[in-house]
Amino acid sequence: MMRWLWILVLCVSWPVQAEEAKPLAEDPVVEQRLIKIAEEMRCLVCQNESLAGSRADLAEDLRREIRAQIRQGKSDQEVMAFMVSRYGDFVRYRPPVKPTTWLLWFGPFLLLALGVGVLWRVLRQRNRAALEPTLSPEQKKQAEALLRDPS
Amino acid sequence: MTRKFNAWFLIPLFAFVGLVAFMAIGLNRDPHLVPSPLIDRPAPNFLLPQLQGPGKTISPGAFRGQVWLLNVWASWCVSCREEHPILLKFSRAHSVPMVGLDYKDQPADALKWLGDYGDPYTMTAVDADGRVGIDYGVYGVPETYVVDKNGIIRYKQIGPITPEALQQNIMPLIAELQK
Repeated sequence: MMRWLWILVLCVSWPVQAEEAKPLAEDPVVEQRLIKIAEEMRCLVCQNESLAGSRADLAEDLRREIRAQIRQGKSDQEVMAFMVSRYGDFVRYRPPVKPTTWLLWFGPFLLLALGVGVLWRVLRQRNRAALEPTLSPEQKKQAEALLRDPS
Repeated sequence: MTRKFNAWFLIPLFAFVGLVAFMAIGLNRDPHLVPSPLIDRPAPNFLLPQLQGPGKTISPGAFRGQVWLLNVWASWCVSCREEHPILLKFSRAHSVPMVGLDYKDQPADALKWLGDYGDPYTMTAVDADGRVGIDYGVYGVPETYVVDKNGIIRYKQIGPITPEALQQNIMPLIAELQK
């Protein structure tokens, strides 16, 4: 009897549960993708914050926009392109590689190469200085004799 | 014996001067002025209700063949008050169409604002949810766009229009585009 009552209760409550649609903003898959994308973007109002973390009004609007685009099935790249076409490369935390950013991307390696070049030059000069004989042949012989003599 | 002068000793000095020059330029730039990628691109299309004409709409297509201004403003925007007298003076002196984009605002507040301080706009579009603002890359109200006869954005003023910006940038550009 008790078992049948339970089954009845479950049958009644199941559709009730199903009816209650989750608010779209809480769709965990969408939210996860939103956070992943928004963390790559700078908030334009509070420039030290990412779009994911900012509480600025515009950031909220943009998150809503990205959420809507994710639900429309847009890829991460498409969402990024949407944002860049409106706010410029500035919204990206990782600037793209293109002629205007070559110095930014390759400048450090240029400096590294320069540093290695200078180091190489200095070491070569020091080597050359070290190769110059500082002992006369007699002194050298004397030194060798001293080193060989075990006593 | 005099030592031979070694030019390599000057390298750190030059490097330092270069660093100072980079910083002097970089630190004196306003990081809030983000160059818009929309310059020289077609003005994004929209279809929005007019603030003052119930049932009427505005679309940028209506201004094809004219140089026009799009001024993004709101009644809650403090700096909009600052540029408002300049806009009023401009609209009285020139016949350039100026469209207001009332951004994320309550129509009642906007109407009261225009009633209190004067209406410089040819017409005002209501962008209640800020969606058109996103298309225009608006991130700080007020912002002003100069659109040419072919519907291409040619200039963007971020922040309030100053008398200097109007005289040195906007007026000469409008004159040139109207040719």
